[in-house]
Amino acid sequence: MSLSEGMKHQFYLNVNQEERSVVISPSDILLSVLREQLGLTGSKPGCYNGDCGACTIDINGTPIKSCLMLAIEAIDKNITTIEGLKDTPIQKSFVEHFAFQCGYCTPGFIMNCNALIQKHPNASDEVIEEWLESNICRCTGYKEIEEAVKSVLHSNK
Amino acid sequence: MIPFNFEYYKPSSIHEAVQLFQRLDTEEKQPIYYSGGTEIISLARINILYTKAIIDIKSIPECNVLHLEKDQLVLGACLPLTEIEESNFYPLLTKTIQEIADRTARNKITIGGNICGQIFYREAILPFLISNSQVVIAGIHGIKTMPIQQVFHQHLHLKKGEFLVQMITEKADLHLPFISIKKRQQWDTGYPLITVTAAKKPSSSFIENSSNQSLTNYERIQIAFSGLNPFPYRSEEIERDLNQQHLSLEQKVDLATSHLPEPILDDFEGSAQYRKFVMKNTLQHVLSTLEVQ
Repeated sequence: MSLSEGMKHQFYLNVNQEERSVVISPSDILLSVLREQLGLTGSKPGCYNGDCGACTIDINGTPIKSCLMLAIEAIDKNITTIEGLKDTPIQKSFVEHFAFQCGYCTPGFIMNCNALIQKHPNASDEVIEEWLESNICRCTGYKEIEEAVKSVLHSNK
Repeated sequence: MIPFNFEYYKPSSIHEAVQLFQRLDTEEKQPIYYSGGTEIISLARINILYTKAIIDIKSIPECNVLHLEKDQLVLGACLPLTEIEESNFYPLLTKTIQEIADRTARNKITIGGNICGQIFYREAILPFLISNSQVVIAGIHGIKTMPIQQVFHQHLHLKKGEFLVQMITEKADLHLPFISIKKRQQWDTGYPLITVTAAKKPSSSFIENSSNQSLTNYERIQIAFSGLNPFPYRSEEIERDLNQQHLSLEQKVDLATSHLPEPILDDFEGSAQYRKFVMKNTLQHVLSTLEVQ
């Protein structure tokens, strides 16, 4: 594959199980393309530096910070954003445990937690802590978020 | 947002990649190889890095090898850190890279990207330094495999157009007793004051006494550092100090800390004086832990 500098190229991205047409330059980051071209504004821009986790999405079952990925890298991959999750246990659990305050970090946390639950249905406290360290909540609602995740994990047992 | 545009290439072979680099370099496009890309995107966004062409090497099969052969562990440069952690073929490497960035970031950061990055710390290199690993490098003149000591001095010395393909570690070095410590100013996230990785390897040497020579077996500590200086390193001199069998633990540490290379980092993460203080305590902890092991 090769793409020229300064030219826009049309591609299809598989987003939330739909084939979506995008017109991108090689330097476009995935977060911007999702938000500005596809209108999927659930993934939040925070630090643009891979620190805060607000832009976390799911790529082939793995959480990825979409500010640290070129859109061109996502071709032929299955992309899931917060808009692609419908009534999942972790979403319900976040509501039930009041696991958000201002809500800005919530989509990123939910995407990360959802991937954690899929990959490690019996995750230990150490694994939960390791995964959740990837996201920052400036309202410091960590306790409730931890309870929400553990509630889903324990209900699976 | 990256404030400039570039061409993007995704070769599927080593040969194609190095040919591409040569052509793009001739066209003065300042090409760079791209693996996980986290550092490239971060630095490009703030105009510290510039290029007119990126060569994404993630589709090159050799760069994605994760294989434990009969005698060797082979790790491709494009493997994400978390994939290496989950395979856990080399526990010291697992423990060391688990402390880099955060879990989600490590799904994108690759082992080659960390080793070849511009960031001071590059902790992923430390286990390879103390295990005397081999480095596979591709360039316009072909592929070469070299001992890490020959090509890593503060950073991996790659000639123009070359890129890291694989790291190869002998199986005998994968399961030695080890310790890996990352000391931060506070909490469990953020950049380190100091990262120390060390392993204890069975060794033997001829000792001369008054009447004859005798072969003596002992366990040699092999140790590498990151965070103290603006580069990761393994120092023969410090290792010699720490392996002086006739000295007490405190004497070994005092001797080793008198041989620290310069410059010692002096920044908002920690002053040079504080880093030395932490280094001394960390070395004492490392030695006492390995002695028990």
